[in-house]
Amino acid sequence: MSVLVYAALCAGAIVFVVATAVRAWMYARTPIHLRWELYPVPHEDPEKVKHGGSYFEDKDWWTHRRRFNLAGELRVMVPEMLFLNALREHNRKLWIRSFPFHFGLYMLAGTCGLVLVAAVGGLAAPAVMAGTLAALLHVLYTACGVAGTALAVTGAIALLHRRLTDPELKTYTTPGDIFNLLFFVVAFGVLAAGFALRSPQEPGAVAVVRGLLTFDTALRVPALFGAGLVLCALLAAYIPLTHMAHFVGKYFTYHSVRWNDQVNLRGSAIEAKLTEYLTYRPTWSAAHVGADGKRSWAEIATTNPWEGAKK
Amino acid sequence: MTERIKLADMSRRDREPLAHLENEDLMPLPVPLDSPDKDHAWAVLSEKVTGSVECGLDDTCAINIPQPKSPEEENELVRKFLAGLDKLFTRENNWTFLQPLLLSMEHCAKCQTCSDACHIFEASGGNELYRPTFRSEIVRRLYFKSVKHGGALSAWQHGDIEINWPLVARLAELAYRCNLCRRCAQTCPIGADNGLVAHELRKLFSQELGINAKECHDNGSVLQLKVGSSTGMSSLVVKDNIEFIDEDMMDRTGIKVETPWDVEGADVLLIHNAGEILAWPENPGAFALILSAAGIKWTLSSELAGYDSINYGLWYDDAQFARVAIKHAQAAKKLGVKKIVLGECGHAHKALSVIADRVLTGDLNIPRESSMTLLRDIVLNDRLKLDPSRNDFPVTLHDPCNLVRLMGVVEPQREIVRKICPQFREMEPHGVDNYCCGGGSGFAIMSGNNFQDWRFHVSGRKKLEQVLNAFSDCIDPSINKYICAPCSNCKGQFRDMLAYYDLWNKNRILYGGLVELIVNCMVDAKPGFIDWEWH
Repeated sequence: MSVLVYAALCAGAIVFVVATAVRAWMYARTPIHLRWELYPVPHEDPEKVKHGGSYFEDKDWWTHRRRFNLAGELRVMVPEMLFLNALREHNRKLWIRSFPFHFGLYMLAGTCGLVLVAAVGGLAAPAVMAGTLAALLHVLYTACGVAGTALAVTGAIALLHRRLTDPELKTYTTPGDIFNLLFFVVAFGVLAAGFALRSPQEPGAVAVVRGLLTFDTALRVPALFGAGLVLCALLAAYIPLTHMAHFVGKYFTYHSVRWNDQVNLRGSAIEAKLTEYLTYRPTWSAAHVGADGKRSWAEIATTNPWEGAKK
Repeated sequence: MTERIKLADMSRRDREPLAHLENEDLMPLPVPLDSPDKDHAWAVLSEKVTGSVECGLDDTCAINIPQPKSPEEENELVRKFLAGLDKLFTRENNWTFLQPLLLSMEHCAKCQTCSDACHIFEASGGNELYRPTFRSEIVRRLYFKSVKHGGALSAWQHGDIEINWPLVARLAELAYRCNLCRRCAQTCPIGADNGLVAHELRKLFSQELGINAKECHDNGSVLQLKVGSSTGMSSLVVKDNIEFIDEDMMDRTGIKVETPWDVEGADVLLIHNAGEILAWPENPGAFALILSAAGIKWTLSSELAGYDSINYGLWYDDAQFARVAIKHAQAAKKLGVKKIVLGECGHAHKALSVIADRVLTGDLNIPRESSMTLLRDIVLNDRLKLDPSRNDFPVTLHDPCNLVRLMGVVEPQREIVRKICPQFREMEPHGVDNYCCGGGSGFAIMSGNNFQDWRFHVSGRKKLEQVLNAFSDCIDPSINKYICAPCSNCKGQFRDMLAYYDLWNKNRILYGGLVELIVNCMVDAKPGFIDWEWH
């Protein structure tokens, strides 16, 4: 059992990291698109952020030095990440279900971190980790894990209930959406049951991670707890392969699209990229475009097929 | 009202429209339109139209796609559509919007948060067809099925959809049931953008199948590239008209105005939406008067497209968009002006200032500025003698989406109106949270078949509600009221919608631009520039 658990945990972590990185890389390597920002843009001048204004409000804006308002961006970004502010503002009924679910996931991610610290610390500096610090960490990750699981499972059930009963959502719900939420409920439910029902002598989370780090195959992981860990590892591997990887997508939708007001200045890196894109050879078929796969965007855009034609 | 429409209904093979709206289904309006009986009946599409073009979506028809004559023709159109869909997701064909489109395809959580933000969905009484995600979800399913070649597992995860000609034809029409105001995208917790999906769909149909709205393409960008303006005015005609406007301004204000043409090295190249010159000549006239009185060294251009700031490609076609934007920049480059200033036209603002920012390179990258900031500078720095008491009537300000939510020009026009209009009142909500006038993305110039019925009953309804609420304390016809709409397309929508509901005659609600209000209170001008007559 322990080998299976170790393999699943390693594979889950690797797939999660790699698939997330691949997804992020895929978006990052797409061309710089035409500007498509939406106001308010929070890194604008604080006075302008108040009403959603931009540097276009300044006369001769190109003569002014622009300052990136990092504090303004953080003021929006951090609460959005932690508390899902946009959902709270625009869809309160869903937020009361979605917020506990997401915050529960954050707490579980935190639990993983704390467990890893306890395990690595126990191996690297057993003397330091013994006693009060270990007890403190134990209390912390147990509380965080229990609360996180409770919130995530409750949130997932509430979301599932809404998705199945609200006609607004039902029309758009696929079997995959139902499976995804059930997967969370089952994985966390089995993990929580396995953790709670194991005997005091059986290994807990820190012991399993310690066993993984030392590849201790002699460790006897309780079956239910082990099944929960395997399911959670599978879940971790599954998430970045689906639209649930919106934690990656959201970075780009906000920073690369919604808030991307970067000006194309002469001689800038953006201009260099655009110059490259203008050499691309599109193949659109409509006659008026005049794309034949041989002419570049620059040629198409600077050709007026109707110039000189009579009305 | 029709039963709740399902996604699969889009592939229904019969030609019966999926949605039908009655006045009773629509969002209620305030006084004086507070009963469905006070609304107009919808014109019904003629049998000639329903028998010859694709009208299987709802009560109207915007783009008149001819019905295919054979199954082979249908299959060919579907094949072309799918080829175009593939191209939307390649960098060579769609570097312009590939990243945001991919993000919107792959990360929508289908939470429907965007629905409440959509004025069309709300005004329709919540008809499923107009839900912002309805269109996007179809495209998303097509993306996973056709572009990503998803099999059964993908269909299970993302949902399936039957691909056939009725679906494609309905989708083409449905792309023209969105104002592209992107209010939905503003509320999306993830940042998915249904407005972008509609925009990209329009592009696919135009750039691959040559299907687009005639008003935007043949009578829009093509005409502009052919003769210089979508109004059909050549440079000779436009100069004649401006000369007439200058004379008229002299008569009306007592101030001599002479619009300068093709002044090399001018500080400002002003580009109007040429529709103003024909429909609202007092607007370019007022601009001329203000800029001249403020001592600005400015000019108009008589180059092809240099005197018409419209760029309808913004709404449906990247190639047409880029061609027109380059023409505008070339006109400025030829004159060697210091900057281009855009007149009162929202989409022209966004097109040339924001979107074209990543089209214009090298010496075509000439600074572009909103007339709102230039006018604020003139008014707030007291470069004109103004008497706000001449504007002592209720005024509300409409925020053109392209200028405000999509460009961030929010305060300059407000600062002016606050200074010169003692009875200014905001609509709610306003600024970046505004609602579209209902004429956005080309609708204001689209009136084929019975499309106007749809845009007044549905797309313009929320704005109409806002206007009536803003004037609820003075709705009595004894009080003249003014909607300040610093955008030609929005004005077109207000003109048509106020006339449709007879709100000038019955309630004395007039509309107009910002510069008209400025000239109306210029001390040096004869009083009464705003003549309170219906135009």
